Formats: sequence, structure tokens, C-alpha cells
Amino acid sequence: MIHSLFLINNAGDIFLEKHWKSVISRSVCDYFFEAQEKAMEPDNVPPVIRTPHHYLINIYRDKIFFVSVIQTEVPPLFVIEFLHRVAEMFQDYFGDCSEVAIKDNVVIVYELLEEMLDNGFPLATESNILKELIKPPTILRSMVNSITGSSNVGETLPTGQLSTVPWRRAGVKYTNNEAYFDVVEEIDAILDKSGTTVFAEIQGVIDACVKLSGMPDLTLSFMNPRLLDDVSFHPCVRFKRWESERVLSFIPPDGNFRLMSYHVNAQNLVAIPVYVRQNISFFESGSSGRLDITLGPKQTMGKTVECVVVTVHMPKVVLNANLTATQGNYTYDPVTKILVWDIGKLNQQKLPNLKGSLSLQSGAPKPEENPSLNIDLKIQQLAISGLKVNRLDMYGEKYKPFKGVKYVTKAGNHGHFVVTNWKLHNILASPFYV
Amino acid sequence: MLESSKESLKLEAMKRVVGLIAKGKNASELFPAVVKNVANKNLELKKLVYVYLVRYAEEQQDLALLSISTFQRALKDPNQLIRASALRVLSSIRVPIIVPIMMLAIKEAASDLSPYVRKTAAHAIQKLYSLDADQKDHLIEVIEKLLKDKSTLVAGSVVMAFEEVCPDRIDLIHRNYRKLCNLLMDVEEWGQVVIISMLTRYARTQFISPWKEDGVFENSEKAFYESDEEKRKSAEETKPYAMDPDHRLLLRSTKPLLQSRNTAVVMSVAQLYWHLAPKHEVNIITKSLVRLLRSHREVQYIVLQNIATMSIQRKGMFEPFMKSFYVRSTDATHIKTLKLEILTNLANEANISTVLREFQTYVKSQDKAFAAATIQAIGRCATNISEITDTCLNGLVLLLSNRDETVVAESVVVIRKLLQTQPSEHSDIIKHMAKLFDNITVPMARASILWLIGEYCEHVPKIAPDVLRKMAKTFHNEEDIVKLQTVSLAAKLYLTNSKQTKLLTQYILNLGKYDQNYDIRDRTRFIRQLIVPSERGGALSKYARRILLAPKPAPVLQSAFKDRDRFQLGTLSHTLNSKATGYLELSDWPPMAPDQSVRNVEVAEAMKEWSPAVGKAKSSKSDDKFYSDSGEEEDEQAADSGSDEEGGSEGSTRTPVSLSSEAESENSETSEDSSQSEKSSDSGTGVKKTTTQKNKKLQQAKKPRKVRYTQSQALTISKLVSVCDRVCVCVCQQLSSPVFVPVHTYELLHRMTGKGLAAQYHFSRQPCIYDDRMISVQLTFSNNGDHTLENIHISEKTSAGQNIHCFSPIECLEPEKSVTVSMGVDFNDSTQAASFQLCTKAEGFNVSIQPAVGELLLPVTMSEQDFSKEQGKLQGMNESSATIAMTPESITSQPLHRKVVNMANVGVVPSGQNNVHRFAAKLVSSGALVLVCVVQKDSGAQLTVNTEKTIIGSMLLRELQTVLSQGS
Repeated sequence: MIHSLFLINNAGDIFLEKHWKSVISRSVCDYFFEAQEKAMEPDNVPPVIRTPHHYLINIYRDKIFFVSVIQTEVPPLFVIEFLHRVAEMFQDYFGDCSEVAIKDNVVIVYELLEEMLDNGFPLATESNILKELIKPPTILRSMVNSITGSSNVGETLPTGQLSTVPWRRAGVKYTNNEAYFDVVEEIDAILDKSGTTVFAEIQGVIDACVKLSGMPDLTLSFMNPRLLDDVSFHPCVRFKRWESERVLSFIPPDGNFRLMSYHVNAQNLVAIPVYVRQNISFFESGSSGRLDITLGPKQTMGKTVECVVVTVHMPKVVLNANLTATQGNYTYDPVTKILVWDIGKLNQQKLPNLKGSLSLQSGAPKPEENPSLNIDLKIQQLAISGLKVNRLDMYGEKYKPFKGVKYVTKAGNHGHFVVTNWKLHNILASPFYV
Repeated sequence: MLESSKESLKLEAMKRVVGLIAKGKNASELFPAVVKNVANKNLELKKLVYVYLVRYAEEQQDLALLSISTFQRALKDPNQLIRASALRVLSSIRVPIIVPIMMLAIKEAASDLSPYVRKTAAHAIQKLYSLDADQKDHLIEVIEKLLKDKSTLVAGSVVMAFEEVCPDRIDLIHRNYRKLCNLLMDVEEWGQVVIISMLTRYARTQFISPWKEDGVFENSEKAFYESDEEKRKSAEETKPYAMDPDHRLLLRSTKPLLQSRNTAVVMSVAQLYWHLAPKHEVNIITKSLVRLLRSHREVQYIVLQNIATMSIQRKGMFEPFMKSFYVRSTDATHIKTLKLEILTNLANEANISTVLREFQTYVKSQDKAFAAATIQAIGRCATNISEITDTCLNGLVLLLSNRDETVVAESVVVIRKLLQTQPSEHSDIIKHMAKLFDNITVPMARASILWLIGEYCEHVPKIAPDVLRKMAKTFHNEEDIVKLQTVSLAAKLYLTNSKQTKLLTQYILNLGKYDQNYDIRDRTRFIRQLIVPSERGGALSKYARRILLAPKPAPVLQSAFKDRDRFQLGTLSHTLNSKATGYLELSDWPPMAPDQSVRNVEVAEAMKEWSPAVGKAKSSKSDDKFYSDSGEEEDEQAADSGSDEEGGSEGSTRTPVSLSSEAESENSETSEDSSQSEKSSDSGTGVKKTTTQKNKKLQQAKKPRKVRYTQSQALTISKLVSVCDRVCVCVCQQLSSPVFVPVHTYELLHRMTGKGLAAQYHFSRQPCIYDDRMISVQLTFSNNGDHTLENIHISEKTSAGQNIHCFSPIECLEPEKSVTVSMGVDFNDSTQAASFQLCTKAEGFNVSIQPAVGELLLPVTMSEQDFSKEQGKLQGMNESSATIAMTPESITSQPLHRKVVNMANVGVVPSGQNNVHRFAAKLVSSGALVLVCVVQKDSGAQLTVNTEKTIIGSMLLRELQTVLSQGS
């Protein structure tokens, strides 16, 4: 299984290494650097690299490459998934998964890695168990430790490790018993120039923050579970109950966790919450162009659209942009050729508009491709799919918990709304029509 | 600082050392100072020392040995976390000298009460195996034991060990198959991945293909085969496919895991369905796989690769989700390429227009490598779907006027390939390309155009010489590949149109002759000899036309994922498209269904047989009953398993060969055997023959492979097999496995006297693992009280001269629970009871184990000659004999044999005479031979026992006398 792990930063320094079997020289990373150089961008590094004696499987996260060394056949997803878990665990422990945080807590990192893998096979990956074995660092604890000399390593085997609910630790106690659920939905859509939806889908997750004493058994039901098309659950969810009754029945882990993620059937037409009117054109003669973008709210069900950001990847020949925005402000980076227009809240009465001229490299031919717009936004208090939590019941414990559900809609993490230019389709389309 | 007396200072120092290790700096010179702290009480310090030890022990083996004793002590610690971590570190220290210690520790931990420790033991198996592969056999024993474990915690790890150590020992899985399927949901996610991939391989060898007929499937889970009879019949008929219930069980129990949050689990279920499910059921994985595309970039990469392979074979699966494979501008290049691949695979007549429109956008992409890949994809679509070839060609020709070189070059190359498939109709395209020729600078594209013109110069007779003229002008500036094509073009034109091009050709050939590149010079020389008629080269130039202008086969544009399906999906090998180290081939479906009853487990029944024996008198009674019920069947069974062995290759192993007189043999294969047995039972004198035959079969049955057993005999045969397994592994020379292991248990401690604790013992008749001179005794403790009993152990051994190897203390025993342990006792070849004190946390009880004389033996196999020879040496004082009257029923050999082997642990010696039965054994402690001989006479028998130990001899004689004179 996993032989060794190297953490490499963007500059190409190996700042941490851990071996679970015999030591493998860090020179093995040279093959990785080679591939990295070839790929130009960190995103383009192939996840699986073959070297004469080993296989390198890597992930890139938070500006760190996690490079694992494999010697024998193993499902690559197994390793990739595990590396992501490691990164998430760092995030969980140190607040963020950065080089600085890892370097500062190198001992805890080592102890964590030691517990997570035994001989290259995952041993304990549940954060609840790990936190019992190795206590996360806090300022208070580190001070207490330095005075009293007590350790932040658990003395007994976490009960979760042995029970049938390995994700929950025993003896949880809170004075305020609370359970919060965030329903976060993301729309992923591609629109053409006229505003017609080419492709749209909604992905949602329910993130939970449960701070309940004892061993609560929760049941969460929805008003309209039919909406959910494809679901995946945290291991705590009883799949049988979901299949038969469409309710989520589970004994929750303690703290933050992702309860489920779902996909909303694309057949139900997705309501796009904004509309865009855009006109970007380049003049044949003279090295200039014109840009005019207007945004407006649409189908927001009375909620305000917030945090609106429009991003445009300009063609290479665009040197500079001279624009005026009626709301928010814009930046244009001539190196990366990215125009960012941060609008903020969308106002129903006064629609935000960005207008002005673009200066092009003189002598260069006019760009053949009109740029596409990516729109990022957020709507509080609304799940765009219409999913509603009906009720949350608790069994097994006597106290009355405080419950809360929050809804958020965001633009998807992949493409946001990509408003492509319909013209672009037409240029080439003529000979292709069947 | 490490030497400091203050804990906190030591800890601080250790933290710095670990920091050094993490940075990859060498900290090995601190080894002695660090090792000293291994026994420190502070747990964090201890852990850090462990980290250090594991890292450097390999380099400093001698010093590392200093720490071993600490671990050995920690292995006995009451805290399971400490036991487990001690085992972890002990097994992670890669020092070959401690292999025996590790082995012992693993064996002990494998029967630990805490599942966490057992899990650690499973991990340790792999480590030990990688350190010393010679331990394989012993490790397999441990794996076998752990596979039986019911804890979900252990399952994943032990299957991992199985995969690493002995992936080919599929026979170990049979009996655990159903349990694994049922537990799968509750196993931790990493274990699930491993178990699923193991079960995929298993199922491929054990079930018949569900793919044979696409017609109606009979998937109901009714009992499949009613009897062996029927089974055979149905195998012969052309039966509709019916899925083995176990096969169905696997599919059913993995299905919910498609909803797992762990992408690796989802992928492994997907590959299981792909490789095992009937075609029409595979579709359920589609949605889950598409869901994985929302995950991280790396996950997408792997999943897309697998989808690419699947989509070649099964377009329909992913067609509804085509939009999910649309490329986004933010995708990484390798993901874009994979998506393109999938879109190309999915394209068909119905959706091609959408796909092509999508492709057009991609061609415009700023990522030129991707644009080029798109053009290739268009080319593939065009060849696959003939209706759109023309449209695609036109579109590609338009692309020739693109400003970007790579796009143009790629288009030319693709056009060339397309034209090759249907050249005649496209002379205008060739003309168009010839016109564009001046503007194209990419060498590969220029070469392609030249080749095209040369190949089809007959279609464009006017343009071709003109192009050649232009080329002659620029020849010296061209790239090598273009020059080569120019030479070819010239040659081809010379052959077809020599009038116009003769001079041009000669000019080009001359240029080529003095080129810097030897390849070009070679080619030029070759062409010149071939086409220009000369005195010497005449023979070949006749054929020049046929050589140069032969019709060339069109290139096949096909997916790079075409042959990937030879690898199991989801594996590293599949990703790399080459065999990775340790890749295990997925076998083809077997043509005939292997026996499915091997997976039957009758644990419950076995338990029933074990438990009711309370007290000696009762136990013997139940024993008798056991015989009369199933003794005969047992014989059948043994024979059956024997014939299984023989007939394995022929595949017809269905009919049991019966040795009993009532049963009629039908099996043609074994007709010889059975006719013998019929004869013998008819005449009533051919007893001996049958005996030998039975022996033979029993010996065959000892081989631990594929032994079938049905419900009623599950216990006997399974015990036999498991014993044999072990014996085959560890017994040397002439020692053989016990012919029969009786099930009676004796009472050690009654629950009334034990205040809730009841204990029974049983002689397992296996060679003792602790010491050769010991007899292994299995103790079963059960708690009949209403409170938990803690720390059950043996405290003092009161009897002198008897060596006892105690079992490891039982930490706690819940009410209504029971636990079985094994211990070893050296009785010194006497029937004197071994007494000791059995203690719980609260109290102690004096108990004793009384061995029957028959249990002091271990069976031995020898030939008849050896037997007589040995018997000759043990005459006089060493011989004791008696005459017994026997009941008519016991005249035949089987009951006699059964009685003897039940009473004493002896081996059967094949005998050449019908009325003489010989048995041999040796004493466990002293190793002295014990020979038993029964000679049958008209109404009785002469019983002789020969052994050095006369007391044992006379005791054995007495016991046998009573047993044999009883009616059966």
C-alpha cells in the first residue's frame, strides 16, 4: 500500500517526509518534479506517475503537493481518497492546511500520520477517534502542558474504535445541546448569449454541526424528498431507512461533518437566479474593443442575491481595459488577462452595469473567440431546488436540543455560470449541420 | 536533554528529534540515547520514541534489540491500546533476528479478546511476511483463523493480509464468503475496498458467467439445486441461466455501497458490477460514477479513465449523462482529453450533431493541445459514423484556413487519414489542400499533403507536377520528414507521368543524394535504383510501380482505451495501461459452476454437537448416537471428497461413491471401486479390501482442497479438514493426521462448584503447538452466572512432573458467553491427572484433567512390512494380548475401525489380509511406538498390543477389550 508520503510546496521544497515501511530516498521525487515541470501548471500534473521502481500518486491541495509512493498494485482512488482525508484532517486540526501550519505542528502531524496508517494501510481516519487519541492543539492546552508536563496523547483506546459507531466518541457532554444543519446548494449552469440554458444542474450538501451530549439518535425528514436524485451519505446514515421511508436516521459524529450530498434531478428546470446582458466586441480596424455588461436578478423568490462577482477571461491580445462600473469595482490583470468585477449585492431598482473600451495589442489580428463570463453569487435563506427540511427528531436522550437549519445557494465550484457567446457556435457551425 | 531526569525536557528533546526526521535529516546518532526512553511511562514520549525506533531500527539492528523486551512486556499489558501499539511497533521494526518473537506475538494476538489487537495482528502478518517470506505457512494458519473472526474491525485487515500473503488460497474464503458479504456494510470503508476487490476475483472463479444469454434471466432466489441428482441433470440440459444465490448475495450486499461518501468504495463497487453483474444490471452504477465527477480533480481523472474504458463497450450506459462530460474551461488538460475521449466514444447517429457542435467550441479553445486533440476526435467520429464523414471533412477543410499552426497541422493529418478511407470522391479537397500548401508551415502537415498528392496523383494530374516544382525550389529549406515525402512524391509522379516530371525528379534525387541526413540519402539511392532503368537494377524496377503505388490500407482511428479492458477496472494497472507489480489477473468465468456447497457453514449445528455433553456417561451416549446417525454418511462423505479430488479436472464430481451395501453406485468413473465395494459387502469376506480402499480415500480427503460436505456431516468433515490442514503444514515424517476426532467433552468444572463459571475440556488430537511432547487440550469456559467474570487464568500447577503450558489469561467473560482456549499438557505418558488451580479474579478452584489412555497417542502411518518388523522387536514382555467375543454386527471392518479410532488416537495401517486389522501410533511424550493388531476369528477376535511401555499397553488393551466387545 502506501510506502511513503512527501509534502512538497509550490517552490519545490520537500518540507515533510514520512515512511511507513523501509525508507525510500527522497530522490524519488525527482520524477515528480520532472512531471511538474512538463505540466507547467500545478493543476495539470498527472495524478499517477510511473517511475522505474515505484509509482507516485499525488494530489494538489491548498498549494501543497501530497506525493505518495506506491510499490505494488493498489486502486489509485484508494490512495487519492486517503490523501484528501489527510489534508482534511490537517484542516480540521490546525484550522488551515498550509505549509506554515504543518511546519508549526510537525509533531502532531507525525503522530496523526502514524495513527492514520499502519504499514501503509489506513487504520483510523475518523476525526472523532483521532481527536481522542491525539488532542488538537489549542493555546490553552499547550500552555497547560508546558507547565504540568502532561501530554496531549490519549491514554486509552477510543471507544469508538471498537463500537459499531466508530465515528462517535463516548462520553460527550455539552451544557448547550445544539444541532445545526446547513443546506448548501450549488448551481452549475452554462448559458448561451441569449440567456438560454444549455446545461444546468444543482448539487447540494447538508453540512451539520452537532453538539449533543450522550448518544443521540437523530431522524431528519424532508418535505419533498423526491427532489433528491442521487445521494451519498456519511457512514452514520442508515441506508435501509432511507430506502424504505426516505428519512435520514443516524447517530451523528460529534462536531462538524458532512451528512449527505445530493444531486437534484436536472429534469426539473433549474431556475437561474440572475440574467445577464452582455456585449463584447472587437473592432476590425484599430486596436480596440467595446465591453458592456448588465446584470439583473431573476427568480430569486424574494431573496437578495449577494456576493456577485463576474470574471472574464480575456483573449491574449487585450492589453488593458478602461471601464466604468455603476456599482462595485473592477480590476484587470494584464498578465493573467482576467477581468474581475466585484458587484456585491444585486439591487432590484438599479441594475449594475460595466461599460467601457478595451485596448488591444496593435497590429495583432482581432481575437476569433469572444470571451465567456463566469458569474459567482450567493443567496442566503434559499435552497434553489426548493428542498425543505421538515423536522428533526431525537431519540435516546432526554434533554431538549436547540435545532436550526440554514439554507444557502451558491454558484457551482466548477464553472459557475458560464455565459458563452452564441456567435461562437455559429462561426464554425455551418458546415457541420447534419 | 534526552539524558535529563525531567520528563518535560525529554519530551521537548524528542519533539525536536521527530522534527528532524520529518525534515528528512539524519538523526541516527542519537539512537542509544533515544532507545533508553522506550520504557518511559509518559505515553506521548513513548509514542515519539516508537516513531524514532521504527524509522531507524533497520539501520541499527543490534541496538534495536535492546528495546524488544519492553515490547514483549507491553504485549501482556491489560490496556488493549498498549498491547496493540506494542505489537505494531514490534512488527514494524524490520530486524530479521526477531522473526520468531514476532511470529509468537502474532499468534497470541490473533486470539486476543480485543478485536483491535486482532486487527493489529492482521496488519502485523503482512509486515512479517515482507520481512521473512519463509513464514508463509504459519502466517496462512493465522490468516485462516482470523478470517473466521466475526468482528467487522478485523475483516478488512485480514483480507488485506490474505491478498498480500496468499491471494491464491481461494479455498480459505469459501466458508467465510457469506459472512464477508453480510458484514460488508459495517466494515470500515478502507476495508470495504479491499474486500470488494478480493470478492470480485473470488466470484470470477466460483460462479458461472451471467452474460451467456441476453434473454430472460431467472433471478429469483429460490433454492437452486435440490439434490445432487438434479444438479447433474440440469447441468446436462440446456438450462436457462439461473444465478447462484451466493452470486446474487454479493451483488445485493454491495449495492448500497454505491452511496458511500468514499470515492474508492464507489469505484470498487462499480468495477464489481462491471465484472460480475448481468449486463442489464450494470446500469445502476452509472449515476454514481457520474456523481464522482463532482469530486476532486484527481478523482475525476481516475473515474474518467474508467468511464472511457466502459463507454467503448457499452455506449448506452453513459449516453443519458453526456452533458456531464462536456469540457469546461477550468478543467485541467488531462481531464479535458479524457472527456473528449468519452464524448467520442458516446457519439452515435442520433447525438452526433450535438457532439460536433460541442467539438466546434473546443477547437476554438486557447489550449492548443486540446484543440488538436479535438480535431483527432472529430476524425474518429467521422470514420465511425459514415453519414457524417462528408460534413466533417468539409468542416476540417475550413479549419485549414485557421491561423493556428497546430490546428491546421492536425486537421491536415486527420483529413489525410479520412481521405485514405475513400479517396476517389475527394479530388476537390486535395486540390484545395494543394492550394493551401504554401501557407502551411508545420512539417507534419506539409508532409501529409505531399503524401496525399503523391498517393492520389491520378486524381489531380495537373496540380501534382506543379507542387513538385515548388518543392524542388524549396527543397533544401524543408524539414527531413517533408524531404522524404518529396522524394516519394517525385518517384510516384515519375512512374505515372514521366513525361512532365522526369527532369524534376532527377533534380530532386540529385538534391537528396547530397543531403546531410543519411536517411534521405538512403531513400534517394533506393528510389533511384528502383525507378530509373539501369543495367543492373532492372529486375526490381519492373515492379516499381507495384511497390510504390500499391493500394494502402486505410488507417484505423481508434480509441487509446480500446484494449484497456484487459485490466481490472479501478486498478493501478488499468490507469497506467500496463501491468503494475503485484497485479492479480482477473480470471475468466469457469465453464462449469464449481461446487457451491463449499460455502455452506454450519456453525450453529457444530455448536449444538459440542455443548450437550455434560459428564462422562452422558457424553459417551451422545457419542454413540452421533455415530448411528451419521457414521455411515461420514464414510460416504470421505469417499465423496476423495472422488472430488480425483475428478476435479473432469468436472463431474457430483455423484458420491457409496461404500455401504445399500447404496448403488452410478458413477461410471469410479465403477471399478464401487464394484469392489459391492462385492465385498455381498460376500462379507472382502472386508479388508474395503478397508484399504477407505484408507486410501481418507488419505485423499486429507488434502485440504475443495472438500465438500453437506449439512449433517458438517462437523466431522470440517474438523477433519481443518485438522488435516494443520497437520499437512507442520507434521513431519511418518506422523499422520488423526483418522477421527471424537467430539466428546469432559467436564472440568461444574457450574455449581464454579459459582457460575463452567469449564469443559476436549482433546483435539492435534499436535500441540507449544511443545512436541505436549498434548493439546481445548478448554471451553462459559459463564452461567449473572455477572461478568474477570481475569480467568491458571495459577498454580499442583501435580509434579507434569509440564503445563497455560492459556493466556481471559480478561473478562460476560454472562451467557463462552470462550474456547487451548493449552498444552505433558502427561509424561501416564494417565495420571494433571491438576492445577483455575482462578478468576475473585476465587480459585482446584481442577484436574484426566486423560484417557487413547489420547496419549499420536497416529503414525507405516506399511504392513514395517509393522510386522516393529512388532517382531516388541515381543515377550512388551506384548499383551487378549481374546474377545464380538457381536456379529461388528464383524465387518467399518464398525471395528470406528470403534478403535474413536477410543484411541491411532493411525490405520493398510492390511493385506481381510481379517487382520492393524493400527499404529506413538506416545506423545516419549515417542515410543504402540502397535495394535486385531485378528478376527469365527465368533471373536484376538487382540494384541505391542509397546515398550507395558503399563500403557495393558491399559490400552483393557480399554479396547471393553469397547470392542460392546455391541455397536
